[in-house]
Amino acid sequence: MTALLDVAGLCRRFTVGQPGPIERLRGKRPGVLHAVDAVDLRIGEGEVLGLVGESGCGKSTLARVVARLIDPSEGSIRFAGEDIGQIAARRFARHPLRRSIQMVFQDPTESLNPRWTAFDCIADPIRRMDPGAAAKVADRVHELAALVSLPETLLQRFPHQLSGGQKARVGIARAVALRPRLLVLDEPTSALDVSVQVVVLKLLDELKRRLGMSYLFVTHDLEVVRLICDRVAVMYLGRMAEVGTVGQIFERPSHPYTRALLSAVPSGVPGRTPQRIQLSGDPRSPIDPDPRICRFLGRCPNGTERCGTEMPQLRPMGEGHVAACHLADAA
Amino acid sequence: MTAPPLLAVGDLSVTFRTRAGPVKALERVSFAVDKGETIAIVGESGSGKSVTAQAIMGILDPAGRVEAGRVYFAGLDLLRASASELADMRGREFAMIFQNPRGALNPIRTVGDQIADVLARHEHLKGAAARDRAMEMLALVKITDPRRRLDAYPFELSGGMCQRVMIALALACRPALLIADEPTTGLDVTTQAAIMDLIGELGRSRGMATVLITHDLGLAAEHCGRIVVMHAGHVVEDAPAAQLFAAPRHPYTAKLLAATPRPGRHLEDLEAIPGGLPDLRRADLPGCRFLERCDRAGEPCRAPALDAIVTPSPDGERRVLCVRPLMGLAA
Repeated sequence: MTALLDVAGLCRRFTVGQPGPIERLRGKRPGVLHAVDAVDLRIGEGEVLGLVGESGCGKSTLARVVARLIDPSEGSIRFAGEDIGQIAARRFARHPLRRSIQMVFQDPTESLNPRWTAFDCIADPIRRMDPGAAAKVADRVHELAALVSLPETLLQRFPHQLSGGQKARVGIARAVALRPRLLVLDEPTSALDVSVQVVVLKLLDELKRRLGMSYLFVTHDLEVVRLICDRVAVMYLGRMAEVGTVGQIFERPSHPYTRALLSAVPSGVPGRTPQRIQLSGDPRSPIDPDPRICRFLGRCPNGTERCGTEMPQLRPMGEGHVAACHLADAA
Repeated sequence: MTAPPLLAVGDLSVTFRTRAGPVKALERVSFAVDKGETIAIVGESGSGKSVTAQAIMGILDPAGRVEAGRVYFAGLDLLRASASELADMRGREFAMIFQNPRGALNPIRTVGDQIADVLARHEHLKGAAARDRAMEMLALVKITDPRRRLDAYPFELSGGMCQRVMIALALACRPALLIADEPTTGLDVTTQAAIMDLIGELGRSRGMATVLITHDLGLAAEHCGRIVVMHAGHVVEDAPAAQLFAAPRHPYTAKLLAATPRPGRHLEDLEAIPGGLPDLRRADLPGCRFLERCDRAGEPCRAPALDAIVTPSPDGERRVLCVRPLMGLAA
């Protein structure tokens, strides 16, 4: 599979805790929060990559950098052969490749303009990137509504007059309006009921095939990952802990964090609790982390001395399966 | 079981006044919880799960009114209790934990002070004694370094930690009943597992009954012995968890199970539930509110009121609100 997206050594740091004038005199420096730290990522043509991790691990930041809504601090983002990481996010908004990478946001209520009808929400990207006659825009909006099975009668409604599932459809129609090649989805179903979640997942699966898109699918729900993704990337405090196919991650997880994550998924069988791997303690601070210490140390059930002196790098565990742990064994 | 249940809700109906007319949010809701038992109330958003909890706790929105029904707690009719009697019982006899723990805690008081408030109200503990008990409670919910955390404000704690504080608050006076309204929605899977295990463990060690309100059938199955399924303000089915999963009798329960992702299921295997909730403002609501989404519906389902069919079973009775229930092989 040729890589549509190839991210290498990507870092995104935020400055936090700017010192006041007196603190500055006393020599206090602002902290640097390492939200995304040296991440490599590849997504093939037509592939769905799931990105999982706990809140605060940097998965949304990574998604936003890839979608070019914010700029990386370091590293390259090669999309269809071009390094788009060098283009500032503000300029990228008018770049020809903008149409090729689109995003579906988490909360369909929060991400739609409450003063716009569903029609206007879907028409907005077309009007911006492909300005044309109003009739032509309207034709395309109706075509898109049909594509996501949104009844045409709902197009004149405002977001508050739509159900959660209908709003999700509007968000998806808007994102695919310009026929993107890569869709970045940030928790697209976590605000939906299970009955609606199934419909949206099936719709996304079908659209991927019909429009030939690749997905970067950010979620914290491992059951959803299993249903829709081809490969999974597990993130922990800004770094990749493990990457592999869905089969490899679910059947033979190598990283202790992945194992703990999988053991926490409810069994879905009455009376059966899976053997849990308890994570003790709190995560380390992502502010000015020691580059020599494994980020998972302290919560890891089997940390050793080496984990406190040498940052583990991603090592091959099998064909296309990598994990960043000193103690993991190749299958 | 001959002992009267700890909590008995019978034919509870709640209506909300709105500008668009009265909304029949709950209609003849009945279920019971035995001492030390753990049950789940499961349903989609808008099914009336939280309203049920609020009606029991006596904290309904002013627009809501209990039209009819009984709520007996340890033999006492809560609907007839005075405001001060209820205030004496809330937090001591029965307690509730809410979704969004950060929003439920007072943002400008330390967590130690908030726990001490409950102790002062119900057990007249003050000063060092209250502080010591508060610290014990934080230790009980497995907060690391409880002495230091006593002086922490909610914003200084993570979401999982705030939920632990909520549990500590709810359990400070050893209530006999805990109502947990979506206690882990919005938390990570690992945190969710830890919180649910903690609630289960404390419930068992203290002989406390627990009502878990959730939209996640998998989570309910894992932690609860009995499951009450709600749809559009009706209890449609009430059965021991194992039987409910093995042989659902209400078509809605069957459809909900078919829509829930579970290990070993693929996207093609999952089925969406057609339609949405009926408009609860309608004056001519049929006896079955699932009617329009059901493929087994017929004329008898339109009767103005249906009675639940009760069948005895070895693990406690099963109730189903359907004139044409599914007759799967009961376990």
